[in-house]
Amino acid sequence: MEWNWSVIVEYQELFIRGLWMTIQLTVVAVVAGLFIGLILGLMRLSDKAWLRLPAVAYVDLFRGTPLLLQILAVHFAVLPALFQDVLGLPAPDAATSSFIALSLNAGAYIAEIFRGGIQSIDKGQMEAARSLGMTYRQAMKLVVLPQAFKRMLPPLGNEFIALLKDSSLVTVIAVNDITYAAFATAKNTFVRWPPYITAALVYLVLTLVLSRLVGYMERRLDPNGRKG
Amino acid sequence: MIQVENLNKRFGDHHVLKDIHVRIGESEVVCVIGPSGSGKSTFLRCLNLLERVSSGRVVVGGFDLTDPKTDINRVRTEVGMVFQQFELFPHKNVLDNITLAPIHVRKWPKEQAEAKALALLDKVGLRSKAEAFPGELSGGQKQRVAIARALAMEPKLMLFDEPTSALDPEMVKEVLDVMKQLAEEGMTMVVVTHEMGFAREVSDRVIFMDDGRIVEEGSPSEIFSRPKHERLKAFLSKVL
Repeated sequence: MEWNWSVIVEYQELFIRGLWMTIQLTVVAVVAGLFIGLILGLMRLSDKAWLRLPAVAYVDLFRGTPLLLQILAVHFAVLPALFQDVLGLPAPDAATSSFIALSLNAGAYIAEIFRGGIQSIDKGQMEAARSLGMTYRQAMKLVVLPQAFKRMLPPLGNEFIALLKDSSLVTVIAVNDITYAAFATAKNTFVRWPPYITAALVYLVLTLVLSRLVGYMERRLDPNGRKG
Repeated sequence: MIQVENLNKRFGDHHVLKDIHVRIGESEVVCVIGPSGSGKSTFLRCLNLLERVSSGRVVVGGFDLTDPKTDINRVRTEVGMVFQQFELFPHKNVLDNITLAPIHVRKWPKEQAEAKALALLDKVGLRSKAEAFPGELSGGQKQRVAIARALAMEPKLMLFDEPTSALDPEMVKEVLDVMKQLAEEGMTMVVVTHEMGFAREVSDRVIFMDDGRIVEEGSPSEIFSRPKHERLKAFLSKVL
């Protein structure tokens, strides 16, 4: 009974939906996290305290508390307070809460990656761009960020892989991701090994694909800057 | 072209520039010499506000840089700068390095910027390297591209911050030759340099700085053949 793999076929719809949800969670958190991270990273590098300090506080808060707690707090406290008490609307569902919590968390980590990447580019590059009359924004966009991004790829790859695996935490608020599919299948059928092994293999395949993809991008963007 | 009055620059407690007064006219070539740490580079960087000025007045091409209302980006389009470490953009090829600012700052169409860039590459003798990346060039070639990049903005004034100090000796001449040609064409130039031969031969005026002050200034023959100040004599005895 324990090794009855047919339960995976029986519950395949749950697993397929779970796979799709895990991919969606990761992609949304990566894209939103890049956006939040870029803004926060630039704010942290500002010489104006009113821009820098909120970014520091944000990064400290989201890196210094457990993601599990953040998911619970966003779903059961922050969003209900915002939507029901302030806006008078129904609170968002668990999936929406998960997208938001993961994106906010990823933003904090990616902000630090942006900051490190930008700081690793020689100050002379910014000065050369500014000396040609470019604004700070143009110099960042055209000169500093394209170079910084190449150096950020390896840590970004690590962050994306961590995010993919950490998205499993949304199972606690009953979002139907891969981990939830395994948990629910095991609970309903009393078959334990096959669902968990299946979920583990799915994560393994996804992380391998992701790390190969990042490796491919790293090779395309030669760090010496000779090509592309 | 340049008027500097009472310029002072402090980094914290460190008083780097002390009461600098200078006037530089159009088409004048001025070399700034002096020992390391004398404030030469800081002075040069104050002329396009890469360093913020602590006090005093700096007027370049009619723009008062010390007036907070002045659009510094506008001024910088008229002031080219060449750095000791070249500072080419390593992720762009030579042509893109040169056309980047004309396209994005001057808003020139791409064809116009590229035509200008190729003409400048001809001038510095590097037309064949238009498609090369900076990592594939020698130091002397990089610096000549950097000069072309600055000239592409059609500046009225060029600043050179020790342009040959990071070069192998055999590459110094190719860069100095380009600068000499530029001087002969009437470009206004301020050159911080350790190349005394260049200062003597090309400049209209030489400024000797020591310990944040202008200690002596005059024509090359006055400075090199009849130095008055003891510190200048001591400096020249070490470098000549």
